[in-house]
Amino acid sequence: MSPVLSVQNLSVAMKGASGIVPVLEHLSFDVAQGKTMALVGESGCGKSMTALAIMRLLPEDFVVTSGRVLLDGENVLAAAPQALRGLRGNKMSMIFQEPMTALNPLYTVGDQIGEVLRQHRGLGRRDATEQAIGFLKAVQIPAAEARVHAYPHQLSGGMRQRVMIAMALACKPKLLIADEPTTALDVTVQAQIFDLLSELQDDTDTAIVLITHDLGAVAELADDVAVLYAGRCIEKGSSQEVIAHARHPYTRGLMACVPHLHLGPAAANVQRELEEIPGMVPPLGARGAECAFLPRCAFAIDVCRAQPQPPLDVVDAHAAVSCWRHREIAP
Amino acid sequence: MSTMEAPRAREPSALPSRPAASPLAAMLRQFGRSPAGVIGAIVLLALVLITLLGPTFYGIDPLDLAGAPFTPPGADAWLGTDYLGRDILAGLIYGGRATLTVGGVAAVITIVIGVTVGALAGFFGGAVDTALVKLTEFFQILPSLLFAMVLVTLFGQTLTTITIAIGVVSWPTAARLTRAEFLRLRNLDFVKASRAAGAGNGHLILRVVLPNALPPIIVSATLAIGVAILFEGGLSFLGLGDPNTMSWGLMIGQNRNYVLDSWWTVTFPGAAIFIAVLAISLIGDGINDAINPRLRKRG
Repeated sequence: MSPVLSVQNLSVAMKGASGIVPVLEHLSFDVAQGKTMALVGESGCGKSMTALAIMRLLPEDFVVTSGRVLLDGENVLAAAPQALRGLRGNKMSMIFQEPMTALNPLYTVGDQIGEVLRQHRGLGRRDATEQAIGFLKAVQIPAAEARVHAYPHQLSGGMRQRVMIAMALACKPKLLIADEPTTALDVTVQAQIFDLLSELQDDTDTAIVLITHDLGAVAELADDVAVLYAGRCIEKGSSQEVIAHARHPYTRGLMACVPHLHLGPAAANVQRELEEIPGMVPPLGARGAECAFLPRCAFAIDVCRAQPQPPLDVVDAHAAVSCWRHREIAP
Repeated sequence: MSTMEAPRAREPSALPSRPAASPLAAMLRQFGRSPAGVIGAIVLLALVLITLLGPTFYGIDPLDLAGAPFTPPGADAWLGTDYLGRDILAGLIYGGRATLTVGGVAAVITIVIGVTVGALAGFFGGAVDTALVKLTEFFQILPSLLFAMVLVTLFGQTLTTITIAIGVVSWPTAARLTRAEFLRLRNLDFVKASRAAGAGNGHLILRVVLPNALPPIIVSATLAIGVAILFEGGLSFLGLGDPNTMSWGLMIGQNRNYVLDSWWTVTFPGAAIFIAVLAISLIGDGINDAINPRLRKRG
């Protein structure tokens, strides 16, 4: 079956005073119906730019320099403005990081969910509100009939994020992009939101692109994962495989940074201090052709310095990695 | 900190106890708590009522020669007569209609042009912004009184021309204000979220960004009425008023040569303008208090 979303060779660059600076380089991935693809990496690695590029919402100074984004076979990047508006909110939608600021403070949540339906389904105001109540129930907001008339400031962060999810899923989109949907929320609420997302996904068969730096969420929610570093995909594969058997030194480093809770006898053999990856992501414009992780990599050898970053090397059906030494590092 | 955390912990289970007040209703309630705003609103309402209902109680035509020229205030004419013998009180009542109408309509023109230009510039940015900012600056550097005088001289001394001239020279302030608000708002998440939900530019400008930009625009619209009234007074004072329509400014303008001998001819219309503009400024203050959360009193 053909994938719902196919990102092919996507590159994004920033137009600055000093010319064009690549932000995202040659990213490719597919997401099938009902599946979840996680994009992970630290801040500034291009995760959000990927999301915005797919939605065609890149900020003014950013341009797509190559590639295609196929949504159900249609190239989003070539869609005319009219067609694009028909896609957004309808076939593809997005949840933002900050539920506090992503809802319009002047309209009730019912109006805001209803607006999507009125635009894409041509519903009248009353029908839209009626359905909005149904969606509020679907995202498990108690007393939906009363809350449909609430303004965003009257809701907690978790509830606002549920409202955002209701808005995003109102038109049963093929693709949902969730840009760090839980970063601004309490840990307990985070778990609820992830549960909700995966329940709704089971019902609607929506493909999800989950942008996160929460590896726990990846393990729980994602079928596949792509690890981005400095705008390049350095490892991708099934989430189980990547988490259980990380091959790229950066991914391995990320895994080592995750705290694990060990109780009882197991606690005795656990190292006390958390690992960290020394150094910083190279800033925009300071990224050469060689492996971007090179300055921070404990495994770097001469070939890493002399050669440009290797293309993703397909290891098996479940994993691909971009590292000269991955066979030695993770045999 | 504790005051901020306490309600948050309750929030998830707390239901809105009464139907949520819309932001507009909340703003009106807040306005009711501002003494300045309430006083201003009462005074302005009184002025409007006087100009509307006055003729039924005070049946003298403002253009009739009702008595001897320069009759001082007294039993013959409550507020005296002017250099032609026209009744000052009648002039105030009828002139108020013209003056307040000019103020209101000119303010509407100011805001419509200003908000349109500012919204387009702020929302689209780039070349559109550059062009519109240049246009705004061009109008801003013209001496507005001189420019209005030229327009009135060219197109005739009628109330309509005067109103349009005032609107045309006053909009740059509103445009700059609106542009600044749009620049601030257009990159906020909820605007991006609306765009991601498929909203077009027209919807984003009119339904998403503009309502959020309204508070300062409302304040500036209120103040624009006062400015327009003063402007009309200034033009009339310089002899560029509409000689066929009584207005407060015209009364001052026509009697200005006699101010030293017959103080009442200009003092009363002057006071009327002062009171009207003051009332409008107080209303502006009241609205500003009502919509500016940092000035808002707790509780």
